[in-house]
Amino acid sequence: MKNRFKTWTLLAVMLMVSLMGNACGGGDAADTGGGDFKAAIVTDTAGLGDQSFNDSANRGLEKAKADLGIETQVYETSQPSDYEPSLSRAPSQGSDITFAIGFLMTDAVTNVSSQNADAKYAIIDSVVEADNVASLVFKEEEGSFLVGVVAGLMTKSNKVAFLGGMEVPLIKKFEAGFKAGVMTVNPDAEVIATYAGDFNDPGKGKEVALSQYAAGADVIYHASGGTGLGLFQAAQEKGAGFWAIGVDSDQYELAPENTLTSMMKRVDTAVFETIKATKEGNFKSGITVFGLKEDGVGLSPTTNKNTPQDVIDKANALGDKIIAGEFTVPTTDEELESFTPPK
Amino acid sequence: MTTSEKSTTSVWRERIMLIVGPFLQRMILPVGAIFMALLVGAFFILAIGKNPVTAYAALLKGAFGDIYSIGETLENTTPLILTGLAVAFAFRAKLFNIGAEGQFLMGGLAATWVGTNLTLPMVIHLPLTLLAGVIVGGLWGGFAGFLKAVRGVHEVISTIMLNFIAMFFISYMVTGPMKEESALNIPQTARIADTAQLMNILPPSRLSAGIIIALLVAGFIWWLLWKTTVGYEVRAVGLNYFAAEFGGIKPNYNMFLAMMISGGLAGLGGAIIISGLFLRYQHGFEPGYGFTAIAVSLVGANNPPGVVLAALLFATLSQGALGMQNMADVPQDIVYVIQALVIFFVAAPQIVQALPDWIAKRREAAQAEAEGAQLEGGQA
Repeated sequence: MKNRFKTWTLLAVMLMVSLMGNACGGGDAADTGGGDFKAAIVTDTAGLGDQSFNDSANRGLEKAKADLGIETQVYETSQPSDYEPSLSRAPSQGSDITFAIGFLMTDAVTNVSSQNADAKYAIIDSVVEADNVASLVFKEEEGSFLVGVVAGLMTKSNKVAFLGGMEVPLIKKFEAGFKAGVMTVNPDAEVIATYAGDFNDPGKGKEVALSQYAAGADVIYHASGGTGLGLFQAAQEKGAGFWAIGVDSDQYELAPENTLTSMMKRVDTAVFETIKATKEGNFKSGITVFGLKEDGVGLSPTTNKNTPQDVIDKANALGDKIIAGEFTVPTTDEELESFTPPK
Repeated sequence: MTTSEKSTTSVWRERIMLIVGPFLQRMILPVGAIFMALLVGAFFILAIGKNPVTAYAALLKGAFGDIYSIGETLENTTPLILTGLAVAFAFRAKLFNIGAEGQFLMGGLAATWVGTNLTLPMVIHLPLTLLAGVIVGGLWGGFAGFLKAVRGVHEVISTIMLNFIAMFFISYMVTGPMKEESALNIPQTARIADTAQLMNILPPSRLSAGIIIALLVAGFIWWLLWKTTVGYEVRAVGLNYFAAEFGGIKPNYNMFLAMMISGGLAGLGGAIIISGLFLRYQHGFEPGYGFTAIAVSLVGANNPPGVVLAALLFATLSQGALGMQNMADVPQDIVYVIQALVIFFVAAPQIVQALPDWIAKRREAAQAEAEGAQLEGGQA
């Protein structure tokens, strides 16, 4: 028995000693590398690999690393209470600008930006009014309008569908813009809108998509994060003539035979441009809007694979009118009610 | 199993009992499990090409490196203590409360409602906010207990379903009737009034006085379980339904009571996290404390002091994970692996016990060999 005690004690002591010995050195690991400018992103709890929002932000960060030669760091979080510590620690780890990915971090950014007045922050999809916070928001309705135009012109059944993640204001912007786009080019078409109640359930997404196809829709646009992966499976299963429209990133690869286009939300552009401006000493607090004009939203480059050129031209022509300010795309049900399609 | 093996094991246990006492013996399993989990976790860290020692040092530093980290770790411990107690208490009546998450969230929502809609002096408002969490959480859990007691509906099924109902109900409330009117249009409620907020006790961290409440409640639950008739009856029903009934205890009433108390504990956790940390209810806010609670309860052996320690362990791991990824560049997924391994080793105690047993067996074999050699030597 003594032996056993010795073994356990020895192992425990070894562990303790090795931990003690390195405890002081622990902090060095992050300070390696060359560049003198550092940018960090704090993901929401979906983390990297969501094939959507966080990944897009990370692409912008990676691009900045490659093109601008800066240091980067990603802080993933597993629960909402992690947002504040991560945002608060990033500057002390040398980050010159720290991005909060998503409106869920609004409160956290509000708190940390006042506590760390010297640090610079940026938040995606929300607005925090502080001198050291850049608020980066998108006109999702404008991009959604364009894919609505594509859907309205491509449908043969005169029935198209919208698959939403959760019925929150942000996603309603996608829905309203999409419906306005369909209405503009095809007043007779009906739009079915269904919400899956989840942003991360491909099984549910597939179920909803199949039911929408069964109800007669032949084009479905999703704004539902990971749930939407099920839409592409459903489209592939149904085969030719059943179309899917992706969101956030170019989702063509998910179903090459059945994807018309994707509504690109260039979180990567927003992240990259903000890092670039900050590095050059042009950090701008307040709201920066990324719409069609700023190339913050738009049709994916692979749109021409399955969509005829005249449809794309029509969408782009309407897009030019939006950029020129000839009409405004609705963002809510109420605005949609009073929306008059442009001639 | 041969007699000699059996006797060695029992002799070993006896000695342990005599020397280190029953408390330490109870600690052997969880501590051994943590140790083995860290050991196996080290191999995973090696496998991704990082140094496990640096990683674990960063983990400790992330959880306890400065006042801020210590406060954050304890703030994360608070809800886990309460939800862990919730699961443990129900388990004492042999009920699996998988619904701690739903009860937690409903408690949080109730606290938010009281915190935002009432105007009262703090001495009334704050206790009322927390009490709202206890009551609504208790009703949410009690409903499952009621179904079990009256209609025999299995609590695992009903509590899981009640989780979904809670999540979607809250989703509706937060995007609908309770949504804050603001230009931002974020799906969240307004902030609770200052008079409904728990005070911060360790600035600059966000640690609130909730930790003190949680510890007091843990002490109260221990007292309730082992020093009162209520606790005695609940435990009796858990040990043997029919024997309890034969002994004059109303088993159905006690199951209902256990679920209600369990739900109340989880609901209090939700109220504290709103009142002390988030200050409002936000859509998509599903921290999963109610699910981690099942593991906390298991590692804590369904015992209030054990639950407190297990809650601290899990909070340390999740807080340390943040340190590990930014100081040692080790992804926090490693921490999930370690958490899973801890649960695995606790759930399979044979593996942890196998090591000392194996050493005992080897020693015995060596002894036998030595004796045999002596015997042979004597004969020669």
